[in-house]
Amino acid sequence: MATVSMRVNGKAVSADVEPATLLAELLREKLGLTGTHVGCDTSQCGACVVHVGGKSVKSCTMLAVEADGAEVKTIEGLAENGQLHPVQEAFREHHGLQCGFCTPGMIMSAVDLLARTSDPSEREIRDWLEGNLCRCTGYHNIVKAVQAAARAGRE
Amino acid sequence: MANQGIGASVKRKEDLRFITGRGRYTDDISVPGQLHAHVVRSPYAHAAITAIDTSEAKNAPGVVAVFTGADMAADNVGSLPCGWLIHSKDGSPMVEPPYPPLVADRAKHVGDNVALVIAETRQQAAQAGQLVAENIEYDELPAIVSTAGAAADGAPQVHSEAANNTCYDWELGDKAATDAAFASAHHVTTLDVVQNRLVPNAIEPRACLAEYDPATGDYTLHLTSQNPHVIRLLMSAFVLGIPEHKLRIVAPDVGGGFGSKIFPYAEEAMLLWAAGKLGRAIKWTAERSESFMTDRHGRDHVTRVELALAKDGAFVGLRVATIANLGAYLSAFGSSIPTYLYGTLLAGCYTTPAVYVEVRAVFTNTAPVDAYRGAGRPEAAFLLERVVDVAAREMGIDPVEIRRKNFIPEDAFPYQTPVALEYDSGNYHATLDLALEKSDYAGFETRRDAARQRGKLRGIGVSTYVEACGIAPSSVAGALGARAGLYESAQVRVHPTGSVTVYTGSHSHGQGHETTFAQLVHESLGVPVDQVEVVHGDTSKVAFGMGTYGSRSLAVGGVALHNALQKVIAKGKKIAAHMLEASDADIEFAENSFAVTGTDRSMAFADIAFAAYVPHNFPHDQLEPGLDETAFYDPKNFTFPAGCHVVEVEIDPDTGAVEVVNVTVSDDVGRVINPMIVDGQIHGGLAQGIGQALFEDCQYDPESGQLLTGSYMNYTMPRAADLPFYNVGNHVTLCRHNALGVKGVGEVGSIGVPPAVINAIVDALAHLGVTHIDMPATPERVWRAIRDAQAAKA
Repeated sequence: MATVSMRVNGKAVSADVEPATLLAELLREKLGLTGTHVGCDTSQCGACVVHVGGKSVKSCTMLAVEADGAEVKTIEGLAENGQLHPVQEAFREHHGLQCGFCTPGMIMSAVDLLARTSDPSEREIRDWLEGNLCRCTGYHNIVKAVQAAARAGRE
Repeated sequence: MANQGIGASVKRKEDLRFITGRGRYTDDISVPGQLHAHVVRSPYAHAAITAIDTSEAKNAPGVVAVFTGADMAADNVGSLPCGWLIHSKDGSPMVEPPYPPLVADRAKHVGDNVALVIAETRQQAAQAGQLVAENIEYDELPAIVSTAGAAADGAPQVHSEAANNTCYDWELGDKAATDAAFASAHHVTTLDVVQNRLVPNAIEPRACLAEYDPATGDYTLHLTSQNPHVIRLLMSAFVLGIPEHKLRIVAPDVGGGFGSKIFPYAEEAMLLWAAGKLGRAIKWTAERSESFMTDRHGRDHVTRVELALAKDGAFVGLRVATIANLGAYLSAFGSSIPTYLYGTLLAGCYTTPAVYVEVRAVFTNTAPVDAYRGAGRPEAAFLLERVVDVAAREMGIDPVEIRRKNFIPEDAFPYQTPVALEYDSGNYHATLDLALEKSDYAGFETRRDAARQRGKLRGIGVSTYVEACGIAPSSVAGALGARAGLYESAQVRVHPTGSVTVYTGSHSHGQGHETTFAQLVHESLGVPVDQVEVVHGDTSKVAFGMGTYGSRSLAVGGVALHNALQKVIAKGKKIAAHMLEASDADIEFAENSFAVTGTDRSMAFADIAFAAYVPHNFPHDQLEPGLDETAFYDPKNFTFPAGCHVVEVEIDPDTGAVEVVNVTVSDDVGRVINPMIVDGQIHGGLAQGIGQALFEDCQYDPESGQLLTGSYMNYTMPRAADLPFYNVGNHVTLCRHNALGVKGVGEVGSIGVPPAVINAIVDALAHLGVTHIDMPATPERVWRAIRDAQAAKA
């Protein structure tokens, strides 16, 4: 067992974990943050994307001990003071989700994209989302939602 | 208040929980003291199990129990049942080999369930599972995975009771009339097509959490299911014998289904049984590699199709011979997909007078095959829309004109096809014209020339499909072999203060029923959608339900809800008549208010609801308290969505890479309740259809039977960068036999678009001599087709 400490969604947390425990497992099973989903075992689907140190990371591919001391943000921590993040708002407004399973990872990934570039082209959005699989939407409304969130962010 | 009724794009009520991470999927649910299960799976496609030694695993840290097939057999656990009996041409019933949840003596596909390990943690279960796996002795046997080769003499036999691996040899249509049409035809076009095997790949893996309370005898199963009541019925009546009233199944938020979560699976049977034996809760969640190995797969046909034509291009006959791969076992609806959801659609949109189809269904050492988005109808649409295109080219007729010429005309509905179905409504010319206009079909050659300047080969393809939704009625399905009825239930509970809870047997796993069904309530009762709660997916709350598949939720479940709402209005009128001292016949309900005709006396809906529960002066011999109505709806017929899909592609001739540059569709899905949601359903279907056409292909090694595409590393899922925006439109004709005029939208994208993609690719390459290309049209396949065509010309 190892003890890890980090800030998750602004709160200091610590937990005893097996060395092989993944960050996704720590979040879901020890901290009860089940908004982060696990959809594959090869780091392909992106349902597990969270932010570590402000950058999007597949939490199924990072050991919990690697996040020791880090600042972690999950989908549960994205809305602040009861206000949805503009990307969350845009996904709802533009029907960017259906079953909702890929949605947390998709939103966390899109938030990172818009932090890096405020005016991405359609091609840049589609290429950025290469690591996030969605089986429901055909990506049409996800791309529309990210475009809308980018517009809202620039206004 | 903004319009919230039929036709309004109301934003989804369910979204807030999903965008904030507060959805509750099965794996998110935990109970105190729960154990974890790990399934030990066969590493071989076909092997005799000669010995299993579980002693080492049983002594491993945290292990509570290890079970084998012998343990389940000793408890008389039943076989996973098949829900549709098909008869062969000769009248004999299909062969139904047993499908044990845990195999005792022989594994029949890679991933077949051999042992179940229960431990305190998931890691301990997995580690002990490895110890079991190391202590199983197998005698590996020859395997057969080939669809085309399974019935050949000398092929390895999957089940001793199924000679030549044949489950059934079925036919539909008039063979003599079809043969006669071919004998006198001016032209015959013949095409061999392969329907590639697909893995559904809902992004949420299958999962279950089984609980047993020894004090009450109650079982509870949280499950990733599209139809929890069906699972309860099958587990109770056929597999485990748990009394139905002692088994509660909850399908909470479910992360996509696409068919794969319809069926009873071995894991939930094993977990319920083990929870009962141990008196502890047990959870299991599939890893993605297990999903690839053990989720039900889709499609997997090989077909020869022949189209007979008159000199003017009129279709005079269609003959189809298909071998359909069922996998290693008969899945719950596996037998019905390549028969009554396939052969019956082979008239397509056309007046072809004679159609004959024969289907041999075969067992192989592969994962069982069952319904996947479209289920039989994409297979039918693909071969029809391909052979029509090939015939048009061979005869020098424009592919659009040959379709127009053979369409069932608008004034011919209802139209009886030669393959059992009666289409109730449609306007195929209108959907075609709309798609051609919206795609600027007429201007295509300019775009082709422009692409050529850029070194790209551009092609355009059209498909015009019809499909069948909402399998019905129960009497017809029963006559054709269904072992279930196919209706739906809805309950409308009006609360004393006028808000409403709907209990529906339909299940939403992405479709947005919580919004669409609330809109139906608003349309009928005037209650705002935010005062309507839609409850689904819990057998302890919903009376009964056949669930969601075959695009049936609105066409069957929605109409059941509509009927229950009319009962609420009828009861409300009785209450209003009493309260307003008028006769029932004089009460009108409109705009949220019950009024006495021709007077200014009226009562608001909420006041009637309150009176129903505070019946201080009701004449109780004539008027019951309460406002809570249930309807079961069994449709009169299938519904028949149809449409036209137009696709343009650009191909890089040096690499064979295909880019989809335009997808324009015009679908007739009947009356649209929420256009935003309907468009979203079409988008998703299109992506899956393009996935089948260009990317997805489940492959087993032909010798060893090993699954070669067992992860997202080697099974190509369509990604955002692979797909364009879709240009979606619709032309509505109303369903004539249900009260809402609705047809169904869930599957049209995956049905209509694959042949349009392939038609576009062949159009781009036709000048080189390419006449056909199999799905998926990968860069390698396209490159080889170009090279082979050039070599043939040289």
